Amino acid sequence: MDAAAPLLSVEDLRTHFFTVDGVTRAVDGVSFTVNAGETLGIVGESGCGKSVTALSILRLLPQRIGRIVGGRVLLEGEDLLGLDIGAMRDIRGNRIAMIFQEPMTSLNPVLTIGEQIAEAVRIHQGASAADALARAEEMLALVRISDARRRLGDYPHQFSGGMRQRVMIAMALSCNPKLLIADEPTTALDVTVQAQILKLMLELKERTGAAVMLITHALPVVAETCQRVIVMYAGRIVEMAEVTELFDRPLHPYTRGLMSSIPRLGAAARQKRLTEIPGLVPDLRKPVIGCAFAPRCPLADDHCRAEAPPLTEHLTAHQAACWKAGEAA
Amino acid sequence: MTAPVLSVEGLTKHFPVERGILRRAVAWVRAVDGVDFDIAPGETLCLVGESGCGKSTVARLVLRLTEPTSGAIRLGGTDITTLSESEMAPYRRKVQMVFQDPYASLNPRLRVGQIVGEPLENFENLGTAERNERVGAILAKVGLRPEAAGRYPFEFSGGQRQRIGIARALALRPELIVADEPVSALDVSVQAQVLNLLMDLQEEFGLAFLFVSHDLAVVEHIGHRIAVMYLGHIVEIGPKDDVLAEPAHPYTKALIAAAPVPDPRARREKLVIEGDVPSPLNPPPGCRFHTRCPFVFGRCREEVPLLKEIAPGRRAACHLLDQPA
Ligand SMILES: Nc1ncnc2c1ncn2[C@@H]1O[C@H](COP(=O)(O)OP(=O)(O)OP(=O)(O)O)[C@@H](O)[C@H]1O
Ligand SMILES: Nc1ncnc2c1ncn2[C@@H]1O[C@H](COP(=O)(O)OP(=O)(O)OP(=O)(O)O)[C@@H](O)[C@H]1O
Ligand code: SF4
Ligand code: SF4
Ligand SMILES: [Mg+2]
Ligand SMILES: [Mg+2]
Repeated sequence: MDAAAPLLSVEDLRTHFFTVDGVTRAVDGVSFTVNAGETLGIVGESGCGKSVTALSILRLLPQRIGRIVGGRVLLEGEDLLGLDIGAMRDIRGNRIAMIFQEPMTSLNPVLTIGEQIAEAVRIHQGASAADALARAEEMLALVRISDARRRLGDYPHQFSGGMRQRVMIAMALSCNPKLLIADEPTTALDVTVQAQILKLMLELKERTGAAVMLITHALPVVAETCQRVIVMYAGRIVEMAEVTELFDRPLHPYTRGLMSSIPRLGAAARQKRLTEIPGLVPDLRKPVIGCAFAPRCPLADDHCRAEAPPLTEHLTAHQAACWKAGEAA
Repeated sequence: MTAPVLSVEGLTKHFPVERGILRRAVAWVRAVDGVDFDIAPGETLCLVGESGCGKSTVARLVLRLTEPTSGAIRLGGTDITTLSESEMAPYRRKVQMVFQDPYASLNPRLRVGQIVGEPLENFENLGTAERNERVGAILAKVGLRPEAAGRYPFEFSGGQRQRIGIARALALRPELIVADEPVSALDVSVQAQVLNLLMDLQEEFGLAFLFVSHDLAVVEHIGHRIAVMYLGHIVEIGPKDDVLAEPAHPYTKALIAAAPVPDPRARREKLVIEGDVPSPLNPPPGCRFHTRCPFVFGRCREEVPLLKEIAPGRRAACHLLDQPA
């Protein structure tokens, strides 16, 4: 394949949940690419479809109720949605690795840390038991867990939250994936530990050359770690740009609202009140007519309420889904 | 100077770790270990620090939801530390609480009108009509429609439920509201609504807040003074602007450095401190921060640094501050 082709390409992805109280359009026509080695951030508020996008790429949706109803997910040109279960299992943990928010639930409580890392290495790389254990020790040292050899025999509950998340990073990167999907990897951690983990993740990413898709609800985290950013709202992408471009020139009223509603260190003296985004996130079980942000948007007019704005390029490599992208409120 | 609404002195809470059928205490979690502060009328004191440092325990002690191991709590000059439940009654209404979890903290079987009206029922002898009127007025204050009174908590979003919790806390016109991470569970766009509401209410009613949070940016926004906690101790306390602009304690510096900044141009080599917060079961001897402090020296490992005045209204606990400059 040609060198400029993206590593991952998601095209018009639609994922719905079918439950007793209706159909939730969790992901509703999402398209984006991830380039080899880049760090892409996906931000948006609770329920906007970030995790479901990630789970759809890995085909890990809850069975029966969650279904991909449309679109394609191309990894180096190959459509993952067409693969059988076995082939998909080979992709997960090898070419695409994932880290979740809660490291406790992703580790097996009855196996030692060493056994779990070694197991992951063995499955994915077919190493011998002894080699796998040696590699596990190396990995622990790499994520700066001191006294690695002794700690291999510890169980997950003997590790702190930050150490468990470091183990998850070690396991995820142990088989040199092309893409690491990290879904809120630091949200459950303390501020000082969060800073350590993000730093570590980026260092290891540099070393292995993996691309990272970092999912977070926190714009500040994106500002500090990502090269490109996708902003989601109600199951769709509303804005996409390179990170400094997005922070310098946010085009979508939702992005602008988010940026001015986050309290910033050092800004309080100047602005006493925070800018609010009035109203609430829409209920994704109800069909959305027109722009999903219209009920909260200071610029909304009849056109907005009648017809959904497509994601289009307004500035170089800077897309937004808004009829009035960039207009002042 | 006006008398403080709240002052605590030497406040301490050690939780026993019990073993065996006799439930003998085999160890103690030193959750809060000798904390002093006061809050003036209309003032917001923010308590910041990382998970497990004892913030919620301080909040619960102040409300007498947990009994202190030692120390004193004074409300408007009266020592309430050892008052009985019935002696507490007149003080209960002066201090109200807003909780972190807007989902768990409201009784799902009561209508909003009953939730907000309940404290009025307990403390004030009002007729039904009068009570409903008061409830309606409070709901309006927190930005909810009067119809909300007839609905149940599950019919509301997180931000709206937090407003209901605030309305309940306001019903008795308290002097002090203890708010434990009141916006941490909310989305940023909704968080701004609730923070603004709290500041408006403070201005209107002269409320004082003890505001617990781990988010420094939120604290900078809402606080007048900041107390930074680490493993059960206050390591630094002072006016917000001074503490944030010129932190004196190495832990405060580390916290500020770790807070992500929403500006990609501000990316910089950060002072990232290593290691995790140690367990309060076996806090490190000497300065409790010494296992992670980039400036640690000999004395830190043996001697506990005391919280000393470093400038008018500012105190910090670090041996470095004793060194001649
Ligand atoms: N198992 C499920 N069953 C039914 N609906 C679901 C399920 N998982 C997710 N959803 C719905 O899909 C939508 C998107 O959820 P998703 O988990 O992707 O949100 P998110 O952006 O990751 O939010 P958060 O920041 O809270 O993690 C939500 O409306 C959610 O209610
Ligand atoms: N009822 C209890 N019994 C035993 N230990 C307790 C109890 N309540 C709290 N602790 C312990 O006391 C310490 C302080 O807890 P606290 O809840 O006050 O922390 P916090 O600063 O509020 O943390 P967070 O930010 O996670 O809410 C912790 O180590 C906690 O495990
Ligand atoms: S399309 Fe209209 S309603 Fe939607 S964000 Fe743009 S201006 Fe607002
Ligand atoms: S007393 Fe020592 S270890 Fe503690 S904060 Fe000061 S310099 Fe660091
Ligand atoms: Mg999620
Ligand atoms: Mg707490």
